[in-house]
Amino acid sequence: MSIDDTPKMSWWNRLAHPGQFVNWTRPLIWPLVAVTAALFALGLWFAFFNSPADYQMGDTVRIMYVHVPTAWLSQFVYGAMAVSAIGTLVWRHPMADVSMKAAAPLGAVFTAMALFTGSMWGRPTWGTFWEWDGRMTSTLILLFIYLGIVALWRAFDDQLRAARVVAIFTLVGAINVPIIKFSVDWWSTLHQPASVFRPDGPTMPGSILTPLFVMFFAFTFLFITLQLVAMHTEVRRRRVMTLERKAARGAGA
Amino acid sequence: MTGFLGVLRRDLRLALAGGGDILTLVLFFVIVGAIVPFAVGPDRELLARIAPGVIWIAAFLAMLLGLDKLFRPDRDEGTLALYRLADLSLPGMVAAKVIAHWLTAALPLIVASPFLALILAMDMDTYWRTLASLLLGTPALAAFGTFGAAVTVAIRRGGLLAPILIAPLSVPVLIFGVGAISPLGGPDQASAAMLFLAALSLMALALSPFAAGLAIDWGEE
Amino acid sequence: MTRGQAQLRLSLEAQGLACGYGETALATDLSFTVPSGSGLLLRGPNGAGKSTLLLTLAGLLQPLAGQIALVGHDPDDGPAIHHCGHRNAVRARLTVRQTLDFWADINGRNGIDAAAALDRVGLARIAGLDAGYLSAGQQRRLVLARLLVSRRPVWLLDEPSAALDADGQALLEALLDAHLDAGGIAIIATHDAIAVERLRTLTLGVAA
Repeated sequence: MSIDDTPKMSWWNRLAHPGQFVNWTRPLIWPLVAVTAALFALGLWFAFFNSPADYQMGDTVRIMYVHVPTAWLSQFVYGAMAVSAIGTLVWRHPMADVSMKAAAPLGAVFTAMALFTGSMWGRPTWGTFWEWDGRMTSTLILLFIYLGIVALWRAFDDQLRAARVVAIFTLVGAINVPIIKFSVDWWSTLHQPASVFRPDGPTMPGSILTPLFVMFFAFTFLFITLQLVAMHTEVRRRRVMTLERKAARGAGA
Repeated sequence: MTGFLGVLRRDLRLALAGGGDILTLVLFFVIVGAIVPFAVGPDRELLARIAPGVIWIAAFLAMLLGLDKLFRPDRDEGTLALYRLADLSLPGMVAAKVIAHWLTAALPLIVASPFLALILAMDMDTYWRTLASLLLGTPALAAFGTFGAAVTVAIRRGGLLAPILIAPLSVPVLIFGVGAISPLGGPDQASAAMLFLAALSLMALALSPFAAGLAIDWGEE
Repeated sequence: MTRGQAQLRLSLEAQGLACGYGETALATDLSFTVPSGSGLLLRGPNGAGKSTLLLTLAGLLQPLAGQIALVGHDPDDGPAIHHCGHRNAVRARLTVRQTLDFWADINGRNGIDAAAALDRVGLARIAGLDAGYLSAGQQRRLVLARLLVSRRPVWLLDEPSAALDADGQALLEALLDAHLDAGGIAIIATHDAIAVERLRTLTLGVAA
């Protein structure tokens, strides 16, 4: 209360107004789309035409250029959600609510993509679509957590209350994710001590590293763009809901 | 402190007065365990090998089953609003609920577990370790479960949502709970798992009242 | 307990208050001051926001705008507000006495003894009965006993006389009278007449 009531409008408070936020960030969308498209074009060109096939895995190694960035995003998006959750809980910042809500389905999709590409890669490499490897397993659990958060958002009628409750759950999840990761690693070494294939081995030539790096940025920018668009959509959706409610009340009175 | 004991006493009284609830939970636990041989065959060696996992899964599911009774009836009748204006703090109230939940939903299962150990051909030594891991691990499940129930209490039809939210978070409890029993990694790994289990329970017990208290306060506003 | 003296200087003040659910305001721009020893009757048609206002004053709902202050209340004294909503918080399978004891446990026992409170509201004879068997009016009386076992200066009552008979109505008025005499504050949402002096009336219209 005491923070919000200060008369001078800092950029922070102006950002807190959803309409202002949309106005300020709308010019960013097209440049972001352009950068994302350029990065993808460059990255895919590298990935398909300018990087060697692996001497063991052949062309399937190219799946890595999608797999590794999405796997990174699956964790990065959760981080973004946790930061937004802090914004919701500590400052009650309305855009933090919107950002949290927009990120959850995106995180779920990126995590699902990481799992899908992982299993496409696993088929020729391990000889099976699914291996109870520590990495795959903890990513699967992360997907369940994302889907749980999406379900929690949808179960609430009142989005203001939903935001605070989801924020608490997201933060508890953030404390838990490292514990889950640790326990799953412990569990998988217990059950299969043989070392499994690791995509981030220390010996990675530059010809693979460059496209990986570009794709990594391409996907990160894709997330930022989608997140911004989803936030705008959410702001608009809320405005429509408010208007509808007002109209309903006007008709009733 | 009187408030804390008051909540605990009330929940225990309600659970015992409606004795059917505890009995249903124990029956569910036993039946889930007893149904496994029908699915995997009565091979004693196989059963003995999977018995610790089966008992843990049965306890896990049975404890998730009782979550909806934790806060929802209180909310529907108006007691939850009383808690929010009470002298007793919300975390204090949740802590009492966690203990009551453990006493009414976990302890009866542990008491009934020898029966499952018997029909699943467990040897004595494994059973003692199962007992220890259940005693150390179920408090964490109770704490996580109470948190899940608190997060979903404001939702009208949140019944199935709490288990879905809580199951992924409870994976470490399951892993270390069974890891503390299974001889796979040798005695060193088993005792390490036992310690992890105790650490998880302590952490969950310490944090969940505050997280659940916040969820109730803000979810109901 | 110094609470008896402290509540003499108490007053409940609302400034430009707007309350409602979500973004929908039911009652807006309410300003009033209720000094200790007096009360407020909330009137208005269904849907005017009486219950919502009580929930907001209790702190169970966030105000959409404006401030609420309980001037003169020391937060160290613990919660100052009793709120009795539509729901009685009575659970079957607990006896009347056990229910009241539980309320006294969580709210603090600084009022009169539980047995005396049951006697005062006329439920002493059925103290051992399962509270689930009580009629709506008897449950309402039990709720009134909750106000007595833990003394708090502010009473927010939502339709307290809804299921009460003539006897119960008289009991409610006597309790309110005693509460205001002791320097308490009462805000009551009701459609019935409540014959207690020192009650002003605030009528909430249907919000435009």
